[in-house]
Amino acid sequence: MLLTWIIVLPAIGGVLTLLMPSDRSVRWTGFLFAVATFVLSLWLFPAFQGADAFGTRYGEGIHFVEHHEWIPAFNANYYVGVDGLSFPLVILTTFISAVSALAAFSITKAVKGFFALFLLLETGMLGVFLSLDLFLFYIFWELMLLPMYFLIGIWGGPRKEYAAIKFFLYTLAGSVLMLIALLGFYFLSKNATGVGTFDLIELATNAKIHTKFNQAMVLGFKFAPLAFTFLFIGFAIKLPAVPFHTWLPDAHVEAPTPISMILAGVLLKMGGYGLMRISYPILPETAATTTAIAVLAIIGLVSIVYGAAVAMAQTDFKKLVAYSSVSHMGWVLLGLAVTPAIFAKDQNIAGFSGAMFQMISHGLASAMMFFLVGVLYERAHHRDINRFGGIALVMPVYFGLAMLGFFAGMGLPGLSGFVGEIYVLIATFAYNQTWAAIAAVGMILTAGYILWTMQRVYLGPKPEDTHHLSPVTAREVIVLASLGVFTIVLGVYPKLATMFYDGTLTNIAKVWPVK
Amino acid sequence: MTALDLQALLPLVLTTATAIAVMIAVTITRRHGLAAWLCAAGLAAAIASIASARECAPRHISDLLVIDSFARFYSGLILAGSLVVAVLSYGYLKLRTDRHEEYYILLPLAAVGSLVIVCSANLLAFLLGLELLSICLFALIAYRRTGRGDLEAAVKYLILAGASSAFAVFGAALIYADRGSLAFGPPGLALSSPVALAGIAALLVGVGFKLALVPFHFWTPDVYQGAPAPIAGFIATVSKGAVFALALRYLSTENLLADGRIIWLLTAIAAASMLAGNLLALRQDNVKRMLAYSSIAHVGYLLIALLASASLGRPAAAIYLTAYFLASLGAFGVVGALSQPTRDADALADYRGLAWRRPFLAFTLTAMLLSLAGLPLTAGFVGKLSLVFSGVSSALWLLLSALVLGSVISIFYYLRLLAALFATPPASEPAISSPNTPWPTTAALLFLTVALLAIGLWPAPLLDLIQKMAVAAW
Repeated sequence: MLLTWIIVLPAIGGVLTLLMPSDRSVRWTGFLFAVATFVLSLWLFPAFQGADAFGTRYGEGIHFVEHHEWIPAFNANYYVGVDGLSFPLVILTTFISAVSALAAFSITKAVKGFFALFLLLETGMLGVFLSLDLFLFYIFWELMLLPMYFLIGIWGGPRKEYAAIKFFLYTLAGSVLMLIALLGFYFLSKNATGVGTFDLIELATNAKIHTKFNQAMVLGFKFAPLAFTFLFIGFAIKLPAVPFHTWLPDAHVEAPTPISMILAGVLLKMGGYGLMRISYPILPETAATTTAIAVLAIIGLVSIVYGAAVAMAQTDFKKLVAYSSVSHMGWVLLGLAVTPAIFAKDQNIAGFSGAMFQMISHGLASAMMFFLVGVLYERAHHRDINRFGGIALVMPVYFGLAMLGFFAGMGLPGLSGFVGEIYVLIATFAYNQTWAAIAAVGMILTAGYILWTMQRVYLGPKPEDTHHLSPVTAREVIVLASLGVFTIVLGVYPKLATMFYDGTLTNIAKVWPVK
Repeated sequence: MTALDLQALLPLVLTTATAIAVMIAVTITRRHGLAAWLCAAGLAAAIASIASARECAPRHISDLLVIDSFARFYSGLILAGSLVVAVLSYGYLKLRTDRHEEYYILLPLAAVGSLVIVCSANLLAFLLGLELLSICLFALIAYRRTGRGDLEAAVKYLILAGASSAFAVFGAALIYADRGSLAFGPPGLALSSPVALAGIAALLVGVGFKLALVPFHFWTPDVYQGAPAPIAGFIATVSKGAVFALALRYLSTENLLADGRIIWLLTAIAAASMLAGNLLALRQDNVKRMLAYSSIAHVGYLLIALLASASLGRPAAAIYLTAYFLASLGAFGVVGALSQPTRDADALADYRGLAWRRPFLAFTLTAMLLSLAGLPLTAGFVGKLSLVFSGVSSALWLLLSALVLGSVISIFYYLRLLAALFATPPASEPAISSPNTPWPTTAALLFLTVALLAIGLWPAPLLDLIQKMAVAAW
């Protein structure tokens, strides 16, 4: 029942916030439920201790499994469980949610509605990571859509309605493609075994289904590449990878700060998670074709370089951070793309491992960067980089934390951002040196726009009008410090993260035979 | 006629008795509340009588009617829909006109017409039911008699329904001329001669009109716009549901799908309805007209179930119709609840910032729109998914593509209304100052919302019920 509690606890909190009498009590209820969910998720840790915590092949090492019949007519089940793939992201979600709930104390408009939707969103996110049934996964995936739409569309900035609708339509387009692939899986598995299934583990491990997916033709197309493409577009929209990224800058710029934190910290990870949970285990041969590797890797590379270059050209501070997300998530895609090839060569999962690490690290660093921008925006009421300057002299504590956040984002050695990128770079180098060189250019561009931005915003002479630049409050320091601590810890001792997921990632990769 | 026959007919008898009871009550004392409650209680009793007689085997009552579990399921749906309409109408009529009571005579009579259509085993019964339904609707559409729109809508409906009925009667006559009987079946005969085929084509015109399928859809937006909101809901759901159930029964009893031409014709009509309905809805600023166009598309989707194999198509039709009933009645219910005495709240501007003024109505309408759009966790998603399942199993790729395309288009206009609901309210006074919602309306809307979400979250019980009732062979 632990996982069910983790999933529903935020939703229960969301209902309770609606019954609270004052804005103050709503904020505290919302925050305490987010924290309680985080604490509850820590109970998952013991299951991942010990040598046999991950099993020896994919489908083993799934803990706290709950399996109940849900819609027998479609053979859709309430099937949740946690393995090394979902575990780090569950912890990330509950952690970022708790921190964002604290960051949301500055929301003053319709506080009740905000926290209720916020907590409903958390339920959706946790459901996505914990579902092992594709149908359930899809339902939770869609469940996130509406709260997010309202959170941007009601509490957002001046162009919030445009941004919310754009977010909705992009995500929905991805969902439709995913739904088509999902139905394809169901009907072909029915064809292969007589019983259609949405069971993600069975779809990945049943040999009959596996053969069927590789051989089947649908309307004159090979099924596996078609399904892989549909799923990829669905996940690439979420990730977001160029050219499916254009919703992101709008959504981020208009979203209120805590929602930007959730969006960058957790929602973008759904794309990477979806690829690792659905596309790679269920359609491994397709993922290992040179075409798929090249397409995914090049999209990843374009995202890295293009995202960084566009970020450099921004004058809106928040838009800059938004484009940096595009660039950083490109690393995830690049790492995933090259893994099948290098695993076949020397059983090395640096690509997967680096992608996962990058997701965790970016979750922490981007949430931190968005909050840093939010802190400044609340005081200055604008986000124009060129109109800032000398903030370091006015707000020294804030400047210290900002350095930590942006350097983590930049990938400074010793901070978490570095580890993920270097893993992916090593993996890419083993497969194609040119790609690795291009990715390294992306790293340089990243250092460029971050340092240049820090110089323009924080350094320089003391601004003339400083009365509105009040020092950071204790609440803001807590938000920033709690995120910052983990960027240091993971940067210094990456094994603290990798030990919890490498086992499962190896099991996923084992489908590809070593030559 | 045996006692068992009577028991099987009980829903029909009780609904008719309701109309008579209201009629008598009105002659004694003209009180709106009394008439409304009598009507609602009668319809509720009729629903209860269906539930009590669930185990009874299929019964043919004379040559005209057949009461089987299929008929019982759709009778239940029709009666439940009528009951909701009656409750919603109470709040709606309270603010309008001083003659409320006759409305509650016409409404159960229209329901009787729908029930007869659903139970008919013979073209004669179908035509009788169709006429009873249409005649009651003429009066109900024009019931307010406040503006030109009402009368225009009623006259339009009168003329076009009359013309389409004439087609249906002519079709029945041709079929009778061919085989000497108006009874449905036996299968295959109808396709053997050109005369019967012409008869079926003429019948299709009549049915297509009532279902508002392209190209028989032109009346829909005007009638929905002019009719009182609850009656627009009735036309969109009960009237269409009854005729659709009949089409399902007729098509499979006569085995018409054995003919490629009919499959081709229905496919073309379905695809055209899905696309035209959704595309025309895109540009609508009038909410009632938008719902009218979207209802055209929804019936287009439903035709997938008609064309799919019976084992998956019939349950899919039942699920989709149930979801569509809930969402459409809810949407029109909200329109009605927002309406002023002088005009219905049908302009998009009336809905701007509704969430800040009337959170309950805005939340209800949100749920209804999401269900109509087919988003997960609503009944509409389960319905649409069942349709897709039935379509895939029968390889109806063209229609499925149209369904996906139509659904994506529909998101735009549903989202447009949804965005308006939650927009920052305009600084000036809202365009429409809507009256307080009476509690029966609130209760009905709450019921619809809860049912909608419950089915979306936990569809297994409904699917079981449908598997048991709406699929049984006849």
